[in-house]
Amino acid sequence: MAHGPAKGFSRWLYTTNHKDIGSMYLWFSFAMFLLGGVFALVIRAELFEPGLQIVEPGFFNQMTTMHGLVMVFGAVMPAFVGLANWMIPMMLGAPDMALPRMNNWSFWILPFAFAMMVSTLFMEGGGPNFGWTFYAPLSTTYAPPSVTFFIFAVHIMGASSIMGSINIIATILNMRAPGMTLMKMPLFVWTWLITAYLLIAVMPVLAGVVTMMLMDIHFGTSFFDAAGGGDPVLFQHVFWFFGHPEVYIMILPAFGIVSAIIPTFARKPLFGYSSMVYATASIAFLSFIVWAHHMFTVGLPIAGELFFMYATMLIAVPTGVKVFNWVTTMFRGSMTFETPMLFSIAFVILFTIGGFSGLMLAIAPADFQYHDTYFVVAHFHYVLVPGAIFSITAGVYYWLPKWCGNMYNETMGKVQFWLAFIGLNVTFFPMHFVGLAGMQRRVPDYNQFFADFNMISSMGAFLFGAAQLMLLYNVISTIMSGKKATDEVWEDPEGLEWTVPSPAPYHTFSTPPPIK
Amino acid sequence: MLITINRLMVWLFTPALLLLSNAQAIAQSAERSTINMPIGVTPVSQDVYGLHMTMFWWCVAIGVVVFGVMFYSMIVHRKSNGAKASNFHDSLGLEIAWTVLPFVILIIMAIPATSSLVKLYDTSESEVDVVITGYQWYWGYEYLDQDVKFFSRLSTPQEQIYNQAPKGENYLLEVDEPLVIPINKKVRFLVTSNDVIHAWWVPDLAVKRDAIPGYINESWARVEKPGTYRGVCAELCGKDHGFMPVVVKAVEQEEYEAWLGERREAAAKIKELTNKTFSLDELVVQGEAVYNKACVACHGANGEGGVGKAIAGSPIATGDMAAHIDIIVNGSKNNPLMAAYKETLSEVDTAAVITYQRNAFGNNTGDVVQPIDILKFKQGK
Repeated sequence: MAHGPAKGFSRWLYTTNHKDIGSMYLWFSFAMFLLGGVFALVIRAELFEPGLQIVEPGFFNQMTTMHGLVMVFGAVMPAFVGLANWMIPMMLGAPDMALPRMNNWSFWILPFAFAMMVSTLFMEGGGPNFGWTFYAPLSTTYAPPSVTFFIFAVHIMGASSIMGSINIIATILNMRAPGMTLMKMPLFVWTWLITAYLLIAVMPVLAGVVTMMLMDIHFGTSFFDAAGGGDPVLFQHVFWFFGHPEVYIMILPAFGIVSAIIPTFARKPLFGYSSMVYATASIAFLSFIVWAHHMFTVGLPIAGELFFMYATMLIAVPTGVKVFNWVTTMFRGSMTFETPMLFSIAFVILFTIGGFSGLMLAIAPADFQYHDTYFVVAHFHYVLVPGAIFSITAGVYYWLPKWCGNMYNETMGKVQFWLAFIGLNVTFFPMHFVGLAGMQRRVPDYNQFFADFNMISSMGAFLFGAAQLMLLYNVISTIMSGKKATDEVWEDPEGLEWTVPSPAPYHTFSTPPPIK
Repeated sequence: MLITINRLMVWLFTPALLLLSNAQAIAQSAERSTINMPIGVTPVSQDVYGLHMTMFWWCVAIGVVVFGVMFYSMIVHRKSNGAKASNFHDSLGLEIAWTVLPFVILIIMAIPATSSLVKLYDTSESEVDVVITGYQWYWGYEYLDQDVKFFSRLSTPQEQIYNQAPKGENYLLEVDEPLVIPINKKVRFLVTSNDVIHAWWVPDLAVKRDAIPGYINESWARVEKPGTYRGVCAELCGKDHGFMPVVVKAVEQEEYEAWLGERREAAAKIKELTNKTFSLDELVVQGEAVYNKACVACHGANGEGGVGKAIAGSPIATGDMAAHIDIIVNGSKNNPLMAAYKETLSEVDTAAVITYQRNAFGNNTGDVVQPIDILKFKQGK
């Protein structure tokens, strides 16, 4: 009954196979990652020295905006969905995703959304230039005409995410092999289940806020226009009610990946499985009640400031539990340091550093100094680059042999890790300094006072970019050739995905596997 | 190989930590630190700095413990050292301990943060009140009950920005007219905006407030040391977000009062000038200066356009005079980026810049408009 894939392009266009769709998501997100990276390098090239050299301020703003949008919606989120597509059915002993046709559609609308969004760069008046947070009225009354295309693109991305989430929830709740109880599921599945609920809760809010923008721009409403009786701060409340859970959407699946990798290479079961599940759920809950910590300077009443400060500080507790659990998993293990493990360890360390600066930012009075400076830029890049990008990279190295049946080049993997690790720290660590010393975000030019660290940052950024090309090369050469991987790939790893052959056949678990 | 990797990791983190601890030392000297927050010159800013450093050292301490255990495991519990894996995977006691302990630390952190915030929010009993208005891309300052009002724009020349001249010490942090406030007085800032959201930030005062259209946000500072304190617009506000600095000059009370008197006299003089008739040349000279402050960012140094339309050969600048006055005084009805200059340019400056636009960039119309005409236009005559 099992049959192979169709031939040619129609295989990819019509496919309902979770592995094909997973691969397409991953390739698409990598392409977006490179594009967003090019935008970042334009930014860093302009900031290499004081003065305006390469781009005009108006175009610079388009670059910062598009870098953020492409990385968040094009690189990180689709990559996690790709990993979910590939791994969740195999981890649960399911034959495929629960809603395979919708799966196809939720992928294929994405390239069109991004083609439309990126095309705005070539329109009259330029592309979105109001930051990825698109605060009104800069993004409404004062926006370039292309903002309408941006709004439509965001709607399509949101629809894609919601469909993807429904699919993931339906799969997890209905398709588990008999005996695979919820508390036996791998943490990657757990974190994705919670992430999917977050997505369903907040993507409609994002759709709502861009629709209100659309009404303000074209249909004469004044949701965000003070002159018409509207409220520009309302925009920020609605946006961040989406935006803060969105931040966790980009990190919770990462927790799941790392929780799979560290036990494998420590040769020891994950410490505190159930507390990991509860901590993830707590973080998800807290993510809904901390949004205004992005808005400490908008003039909230003091009671509001205090509430959001305390709630934000509380997030440190479940996040701390997770870090302690990973460290304790490593403790008294028998560790080896293959590429996925290196990326995972770097994840734990650097994510914790990003957590520290997050704790500092939570302190409202101090945030009056940090807010909208490079300190914030350093903070969220320390959380997102090691958090999302390193964990995805770790996941790719970890599961690649299972996907394509070949072992990647370990030496090249390690070299790539060290280049990325050094590049990341050289790029983002100095940003803490310039931010504290007084350099604001989103500017194309600065006083000479900040010159040294900006130059260092720019050099690090190019190194980091080069490291990503090495990843691409390693992945392609592994797929094309490379020594055959065993079915287990690693030494006695946990999980059903290691019980199927390498490469994983086109259809796996047509009959459910027995669960111990 | 693996040992090398491990050592590399340790080496990588040591300099980072050293650099950070160095921050403390430098910040305590009088020099402005390139790697840490300024201590500042107000009681609030010193409070905030203290909080910041307390938080930093807490983070360092927690980091040392967590990363210490982690690196110990990575060095000792490695397979190549012959480490055998244990099999423990749960401990309720540990889980409770590392939930409760961070919670207690957070409470210790929250107490001083709360009291600082209460202080920061207390804008009552102010002695001087300044209304700060954000515009694309400059600041307006108005002293309540003092009849003093002016605008503050970037004074760094374009040649420095485009690397045709060496950059001055205060590159991008200098303005034509700084805000002047008295020392040892509680100065209240009422921050609002005329167009998009801006944020008025002076690090040495630890004041950062969003300037939001339709809102008036309050903040305050009691500066204890005379000096010039520089800041920036912190909220992305469009093209020239990076080019609208804030400069605050804190001076002794007498100097402040003298300055207020000078400003009032200057304002009266400008009013008088409204009735004077100027020659074409006088208006063009004055108009060029106004153009380079108010128009050049969007319309280009040679009137070639950019964000805004071209002035050279423009149907408005070469056509009907009334339409030209209207678009400058009232702004464009179709495009909010062309702001109204009713409030921000005096009658003299408006007349000068219109005359300049009609006679420069090849628009040699020979037209002259007098300040009194602008006043009449504004009054609807």
